[in-house]
Amino acid sequence: MTTNAFLQIGLYLAVLVALARPLGAYMARVYEARPCGLDWACHGLERLVYRLCRIDPAAEMPWTTYAQSMLLFNFLGFVAVYALQRTQNLLPLNPESLPAVSPDLAMNTAVSFATNTNWQSYGGETTLSHLTQMLGLTVQNFLSAATGMAVLVALIRGFVRRNAATIGNFWFDLVRSTLYILLPLSIVGALSLVSQGVVQTFRPYEQLSLIEPTTDADGKPAAKQTIALGPAASQIAIKQLGTNGGGFFNANSAHPLENPTPLSSFLQLLAILLIPAALCCTFGQMVGDTRQGWAVLAAMFLLFVPLLVLGYAAEQAGNPRLAAFGLDQVASEMQPGGNMEGKEVRFGITQSALWAATTTAASNGSVNSMHDSYTPLGGLVPMWLMQLGEVIFGGVGSGLYGMLVFAIIAVFLAGLMVGRTPEYLGKKIEAFEMKMASLVILIPPLVVLVGTSLAVATDWGRSSILNCGAHGFSEVLYAFSSAGNNNGSAFAGLNANTPFYNLALALAMLVARYWLAIPTLAIAGSLARKKATPITAGTLPTHTPLFVLLLAGVVVLVGALTFVPALALGPIVEHLLLVGG
Amino acid sequence: MQTTGAASPAEGRRGSTSPSCQTAFRATWTQVQQATLTLLLLSVVTGIIYPLAITGLAQWAFPRQANGSLIHRDGRPVASQWIGQAFTAPKYFWSRPSATTPMPYNAGASSGSNLGPTNPLLAQAVQDRVAALKTLDPDNTAPVPVDLVTASASGLDPHITPAAAAYQAARVAKARGLDLQTVQQAVARHTARRTLGLLGEPRVNVVELNLDLDLLPR
Repeated sequence: MTTNAFLQIGLYLAVLVALARPLGAYMARVYEARPCGLDWACHGLERLVYRLCRIDPAAEMPWTTYAQSMLLFNFLGFVAVYALQRTQNLLPLNPESLPAVSPDLAMNTAVSFATNTNWQSYGGETTLSHLTQMLGLTVQNFLSAATGMAVLVALIRGFVRRNAATIGNFWFDLVRSTLYILLPLSIVGALSLVSQGVVQTFRPYEQLSLIEPTTDADGKPAAKQTIALGPAASQIAIKQLGTNGGGFFNANSAHPLENPTPLSSFLQLLAILLIPAALCCTFGQMVGDTRQGWAVLAAMFLLFVPLLVLGYAAEQAGNPRLAAFGLDQVASEMQPGGNMEGKEVRFGITQSALWAATTTAASNGSVNSMHDSYTPLGGLVPMWLMQLGEVIFGGVGSGLYGMLVFAIIAVFLAGLMVGRTPEYLGKKIEAFEMKMASLVILIPPLVVLVGTSLAVATDWGRSSILNCGAHGFSEVLYAFSSAGNNNGSAFAGLNANTPFYNLALALAMLVARYWLAIPTLAIAGSLARKKATPITAGTLPTHTPLFVLLLAGVVVLVGALTFVPALALGPIVEHLLLVGG
Repeated sequence: MQTTGAASPAEGRRGSTSPSCQTAFRATWTQVQQATLTLLLLSVVTGIIYPLAITGLAQWAFPRQANGSLIHRDGRPVASQWIGQAFTAPKYFWSRPSATTPMPYNAGASSGSNLGPTNPLLAQAVQDRVAALKTLDPDNTAPVPVDLVTASASGLDPHITPAAAAYQAARVAKARGLDLQTVQQAVARHTARRTLGLLGEPRVNVVELNLDLDLLPR
């Protein structure tokens, strides 16, 4: 590891931890309806929303009503994004006169954004009008993130409440997540990004004369350059903060007008993990024991950092196949060296590898380099981070509720070992919770592995593959890992804009989102009804290093047992081929 | 392991009111209303007011950046600071290869090559690019910096590494009839260091550099 890489990564992690605590405390105040400091700005708007939408924010909901409201709200969001895409040619703010989006692609994109996945089958600047981007995608970036946060808060209330039939009010959690947390952070983020050169304009695409005219693929001369523009910064801020990840432009955050400088990259990297990390502190605050939050966060770091370093090392080592052509791939003060195919010079290896690990640890899925061109081990890292269930930070809300389900599994395993009824945070973990927890950890692998098998077994699936051999298999495995864990990043060589992939991946995204959220809410409802179990000498403390290791171990064990065979067929075979010549 | 107690919380939660069909329908209808109205209202806030407000603030505070960081010459926009262009003449510094279609550096359709590390097409493309550089500059025996022969992620990378600029400096100087030092000074003027000495990588802006070279007297 170069000194600079060490410092850049160290600075990033340090700033992240430093910000997690105050933001976590702030969010706890938001959800507990205590004064939080932004009431002067947000309270009036919040009251207005409740009044106009006929919501009584104090009306408590049992988990079933909470889940119904969530599903209904997300379904309407899906319908809105679908309708916008299908009619964008008739609607305003379409300066490039883009046609209506095809039904299967529109369906895929709508599911993708409603489920907080933000898988990109669409091409950004070549597919979607400004209005669709704003009123469809930007809105869902906010609301799908707020949905995830609401489900998490409901689960936390399940731990906190005693003998209660209800877990809060979905509308209250949704509206406050949006107005008090996501919107203020997005405003700051968007303006910071514009200052760096991210575009924010409604002008039509710019046409410039090239300095040196070039020729196109057919050999015809081309003297003009078209530069796509649009209201990008406002969308990118929330795309990162809400762990959405769907790009304004096709190349996502590798596009220079979406991410022009190392500083804009650093800010976006921070925004990706900021809320997921801070929510651990929120959790600790709300359950009345901050150590519980730190323990979960520590388990996340314990898994994240080694994988990040592995990915960095693989990319920095470069591509041995290219060494034969007399290339200089060694890092120096003059160049980052390493595997630069699919990477931008301003980010080099360090910010690219850091981003690849960050965006897949969180269920963000934006990219600042093309993962398909990564070395086999460099590509294995983001793939496995997704396959671990998007619980190492994970999506805003969804990551932590996934991790808390893993914590339930961990205390259950510990209980089996010592022969006691497992407890977590003073609540007995019993058969119902374990059934629901099993659903949460088993459904994503099922979706990923069945989907991948189906795709590689059929011509529909195989005909979209760009790269040959083991790498082609990795492309398919990556796609289903991404959709089946609501991440959204891609090995983008795979042509996913076909009816087969649009449908199969949309199905994977739907199952992975709601068949995790619904059992989680069921756990919340069940826990809330229970009385508190007094702590005794026999209780397993869940804030100790031992528990952190146990929790991380369970995550790795489930992820490794499930996915090592599939990984062996893809990146591991390819790695052996690469180093073996 | 003991598992005692009520393990079926799924039952009996609706015990308080006897759910006649009508109240159930009314409750659902209320939910539909709330969901529809909340979606509409929050769409207006986050999908219209928010992007428009950011646009207004951005156009006021950062008008150059918000509109694509265009470089003007004689009052006309000639390039964007952040969008690279393709160069093939020996007198220009070459940008990195671009995988956009139908022409390189098409900023209307950004894209990487997505070629995997073991794909023979990647090895072939790199080999061809090395050969093209060597043909124009046969005296240069230095190893080719990797970024100069590998496609960027966006296909629009405006930068090359200082190593890639150093590799090309002698060729450009010769083609322009300038002495090497003048060209190296021009490179230095368009080289950015790491932000705060720490973030990102040192880089040379190819478009700005070539525009600048075209203005230099022979």
